[in-house]
Parts: sequence; structure tokens; C-alpha cells
Amino acid sequence: MLKLIEAIWAGKVQTQELNTLGAERWRGEMAYDRKKCSDCNKCVEQCPVGALRFNAKGKLSIDYNRCLFCGQCVEACSEQALAHSNQEALPVLAAEYGRDIGRVIHAQWGRSLHIRHLDAGSCNACDFELGALSNPLYDLHRFGLAFVASPRHADLLMVTGVVTRNLEQAVQLTYAAMPEPKLVMAVGACAAGGATFGQTYATIGAVSKLLPVDIAVPGCPPRPSALLVALVAAADLYRDKVRHKL
Amino acid sequence: MLEVTANNLRGAANICAQNGRRPLTAMFAADETWLGKGYAIYCLFEDDREQTLHTLRAELAPEGDLSYPALTSVLPAAAWYEREIHDLLGLLPVGHPDLRPLVLHETFPEGFYPLRKNIPVQTAVRGRRDYKMHSAQGEGVFEVAVGPIHAGIIEPGHFRFSQAGEAMLQLDAKLFFTHRGIEKALEGKTVDEGLVLVERICGACTVANSLSYCQAVEKLANQPVPRRAWLIRTVLAEMERLVNHVGDTGNMCAGVGFAPPVSMGARLKEVLMQANEQLTGNRFLRGMIMPGGVKADLGPQLRQELSATLDEVAAQYKTLVQILAEQTDFLNRIRKTGVVRKQTALDLALVGVGARASGVAKDCRKDLPYGLYGELAFATVTEPNGDVEARLLVREREVTESIKILRQVLALLEEDTTPLAVTSLAYRTQEGSWGMSESAHGSNLHWLMLDAEQKLARIFVRSASYPNWPAVPMAVQGDIIPDFPLINKSFELCYACLDR
Repeated sequence: MLKLIEAIWAGKVQTQELNTLGAERWRGEMAYDRKKCSDCNKCVEQCPVGALRFNAKGKLSIDYNRCLFCGQCVEACSEQALAHSNQEALPVLAAEYGRDIGRVIHAQWGRSLHIRHLDAGSCNACDFELGALSNPLYDLHRFGLAFVASPRHADLLMVTGVVTRNLEQAVQLTYAAMPEPKLVMAVGACAAGGATFGQTYATIGAVSKLLPVDIAVPGCPPRPSALLVALVAAADLYRDKVRHKL
Repeated sequence: MLEVTANNLRGAANICAQNGRRPLTAMFAADETWLGKGYAIYCLFEDDREQTLHTLRAELAPEGDLSYPALTSVLPAAAWYEREIHDLLGLLPVGHPDLRPLVLHETFPEGFYPLRKNIPVQTAVRGRRDYKMHSAQGEGVFEVAVGPIHAGIIEPGHFRFSQAGEAMLQLDAKLFFTHRGIEKALEGKTVDEGLVLVERICGACTVANSLSYCQAVEKLANQPVPRRAWLIRTVLAEMERLVNHVGDTGNMCAGVGFAPPVSMGARLKEVLMQANEQLTGNRFLRGMIMPGGVKADLGPQLRQELSATLDEVAAQYKTLVQILAEQTDFLNRIRKTGVVRKQTALDLALVGVGARASGVAKDCRKDLPYGLYGELAFATVTEPNGDVEARLLVREREVTESIKILRQVLALLEEDTTPLAVTSLAYRTQEGSWGMSESAHGSNLHWLMLDAEQKLARIFVRSASYPNWPAVPMAVQGDIIPDFPLINKSFELCYACLDR
């Protein structure tokens, strides 16, 4: 008992500031240098999930919802035209909101949002990062955010994993059990992009195939900081939903 | 490899197992009609005296009778493997005591066998099959149904408890909810394409899965992997063990609502996760290991930072262990709770922490040494009691052993000048190959075969959770239902790498 009290007394932890910049080796948003590009298309071919595409004007577009941040495209590029920056890819709001994440997260913070997690077929990496949000370094409670034990208490459903056939019913029932208004967040490449393992006999794919997704968080898995940014943005969207009965 | 007829498989397996001295490591089937053969059943037995796996193979003609005598009646460890073979390939183990579906739940039609080669991977058929949960009957006995969606941030599984008051008489677990068809999705992929998927089978066992996979393909390759690659791989493997063990130590306290250590464990785990990001650019150590070696070096600065992190973690973890050791009410909850007897551990061929906490010294870093583990100094930790406390103590002592290994490897990295990887590997084809590594939860096995174009024709992934899951329903019997989360957490089995 003494040791416990001693440790609680001595062990002071500071909550980390929200930082969307990863370690030096962190594979985040892509940096693309058009001038160096030889149009060999190898990056597009190497991508395991088909997240890269050249449009008609030769501009490279990257679907961050699908991206596994695995680095295969960077390795495939012989001209060094592609690189991962260590800046996290930011969460993506559904098009109907007509605004970007930057504006939303700069709005006033500090609303309450109750969250329900749903594993729809994840590899557990995203789940562990959701768990990490409660540790003393990220402490999601400081933003008025909390995980709840039942969908009936939840404003937001955080879905991880590519939806499997064996969990399809559970996903639908969980969503149906939530009171209106409600939001859905697709967490990570499987839930947001659904292309990680391709289409198989056992999977349905991205969560958006079953539920209306309001916000998607890229990453494989996203860092806890990206999840916090997304949750704060979701709290903002939720306020709008309540006010305007969207 | 020993070829037997399907009718003789049970007898041969019984002899090969040598009364449990050689545990059944894995059993699976493969559609080998593309080789002009039939459906093959493989049984792998671990022989730690000869430090190898023995393989038994039996073949069934595709147009003939697809039944064979079930192994489960002589080898209880075969029970789930045979259910899976029945589910995915439609082979019938005659005399199996429980042939309910395992992998494919109610929405799949009867007679749908996705691992057969004539079924395309994206086949989306719907139908109806029964999945009956087992329950105990009797006056006053009632059922408690939990899951698949749980109250916390936990992976999905459905548990059906048969209760006599607070005591759990029986538990039936319905798992495989996160079955994504990864083994089928891997078929037709090149070795390098496959790795990206293999790394994403399970978050907690990313390195273990990658190492088993890489070893299986590297055994088929024409060049050996350089020493430096193995040094760096060992760092990653032990970091994965540390993250899991430290996190699980805290999580077990969550099972009894003992809050301060939960926080301390979570904080220490976060320190290690951030170190992982520094080392590999991913908090789950993804994108570093590849067939033939590793993708990036650990330079002097990274090594120095890691060494400092280890000092910090070692000191704080020691405090955490001391707190737990002197908290008598906590010890009361974990002692004699969730007991797995040694004989049960042997019968079910348990691996990893689950086996070692029941006095069975299974650790494939020692039993089937791979990489550099043969030359590193570390101890296999065992505990005799088989309860929750034993599983906690095994983890606590293994944290120390892992740090010991990491320090040795960091020193070896200083003087080593070998390259990071060999490239342009060529592989032998149409030949089975296996790789094994010790994950935080126990041994992890990959078996695979490449086709003539060097693409994956069949891969079987058996994580540590596969043999250990059937022990959980055994361990809970007679304990009270509030102890279930604690007992479950003491095994800390992955659903994702079981379900695939």
C-alpha cells in the first residue's frame, strides 16, 4: 500500500500537447514533386490498395482513406519524386458538410461527446490506439470526450476494421440502438477505405457501405493525436446537428 | 514429410504425437488440385529434441469420398483445426464430437467452401446455416449472453455462460467474428505483396506474423539473410513483446478495477509505442521487416535513445511490480483464479504465456531457435500454478528477460557491419515451407506454398491464440462470473490473428 501511495505521489505525468507531427521516420502525408516525376506509373501499380491515381492532367491524387501508409509507392519511385512527410494525414469530413477539417478544429473546443467503439473486423491496432486515448498522455476527458458502455448512451460511433460478414448484423444493430442525432466515424484505412485485403468472400468493405459516415480518419493505424483531432471536429459537427436538426 | 492414407491419418498422428511429447502444432488442409493432386491434410508436430517440425500428409481425391477418421478423439488439440477444415474446405472428420461451424457464421450457405480453388476470392454468396450455442441444463441454471459487441474497447466475441448463481458452470465461446478471409486474399499475391497483408493480420502480433512469414519464404530462397537484418529483427520482436507484456500487466489490473496500476501500465506502454514510432515510422512496427532482411538501419542515435527508454521503462516497471506484489486484496483476487492444470495445457498443446504459467516450458525461441536467439542469453520463465497470478508473474519476469536481450542486441549492433538485406531473391516453388516465431502470446506459425510463378498458392496462419483459446472456457469453470474479464485478460489472446 505504501509503495502505491509513494508512486502516485512521485509519478507526475504531463498530458501531451496535441501534435500532428510524427517522429522523423513516421510515414504520413505524401510529398510529391511533379518536376522529378517521369510518369512511369510504378507507384500506382505498386500500391496494394489502389489509393494512387493520375488524373487526365497528370496530377497525382491520393485517396488517404484507403492508404495503408506502407511506403511501397515511395520505394517503387526510382526518381525520388514521392516521399512520406512526417505530417499526419488529417481526418476527412463527409462532403455534405462543405468545409474542411482545419476550419472545424479551430472553432471553439470543449464540448461533450459520448463515444461508442465498434470493432467491425479490425486487426486490433486501431482498437489499441483508441485505448491509448484514455492513457495519461492523451487523456481524452480533457476535451469533454468519453467512451461509454452502450450504444444507447452514445452520440458518436467509432468504427474500426473492414466490415466482415460475421459482424454485419452487429454493426447494423449497434447503429440502430443509438439515439438521434448521431454521428459515425470511420477509423483507419480498413473502415474508411475498405481496400486493405481487397474484396473477399468474408468482407463487405468500408463502413460507408452500411452506415452514413460523417468523418473518416486516415492511417494504418492513425496516431492517437489524429484521433483526438477527429473527435474534437466531430464534437463540432454534433453541435451543428443538434442546432440545425441535420 | 511422411505420406499416409487418409484412413491411416489418425493412427499415424497418434504415434507421431508420442503421448504428448510432440504437441500438435498445427493442422490444416490445402486444395492441391492445381498440382494435379487432391485435397491434402497436413499435421505438424513439434519435436523440441530434434528442434524441428514433423509433417504428416494425407490426401483425399476431390471426386471421391471426402471423409476421414477424426483426430480429435485421440488428440484433443485437433478439435478446432478439424472444424476449420470442415468449414473452409468441406472435408469431413468422421467421429468429431462437435462439428458445428467455427469460421463461417449464420449468413453463409451450407456447402460453401471458400478455400477450394474453384471458388473466386470475391464470391459473395448468402444463405443460412445454424450455429447453436452450447449451454448446461438443470434446475435453476440460467444463461448469460455477452457480446459480440462489448462494453469496452475490446475485440468482438460472443460468450454464453451457463450459471448456477454466480458460479460459471460452462462457457461456450463463439469467435471468428473478424474473419476477413486473409488466407484466401493472399493467394495469387507475390511474396512482397503478401507481406503488406501479413503485417495487417493483427496489430499486437505484427512483428511475429511478419517474422514467421519471412522465415517461411526465406527457407525457399537461394540466399541467406544477413546477420544485421536478424539483429534488427530481434530488436523489433522484443519491443513487440515488451509493449504487449507491459500493457497487459496494466490491463489485468483493469480486470479487477485497480485503477492506479492501469494508468501506470498504459503510460509505460505509450512510452514504448513512441519508441516504436521512432524506430520504424509506425507505432505497431509496420513497414520495417521484409523478405530478405529489413528496410532501414538503426543508427547510433536511435540506439542511444532506445537504450535510455529501456532504462526508464525498466525502473518504472519495477515499481509497478512492487506495487502489485504488496497489494494483498489484489493478490486474493488473482490467486487460484482461472486455473489451467499442467495436463490440460499438454492435452490442448498450449503455447506461450498460457503454457509457461502452467509449468510447460514452451518457447520457440529455445525449442526451435531461429535468427540469433541461439546465441543470446535469456531464460525461459515458467510458473507452476496455472492461475491468473502465474500468468502475471510470467509476464513480469519476461519483461526483464526481453530488456536483457535488447541490451545484448544493441551492443552487437555496434560492431556489426553486415548489410541490411539481400535483394532479388528467387524461391523454390511447389514445396511446403514453414516459419515460426515467438510472439508475446506464444509461438506463431506460417505454412505456405508458392506456385510455379512464385506466387502464394496456399498460406496457413496459426497464431498463438489459436491453440490457447480453447483453454479459456476450461479455466473459468467453477469461478464466479465477475472473474471472467480478469481470467480472459490474463490470457490476453488476440481475436484478429485467430480469426484472420
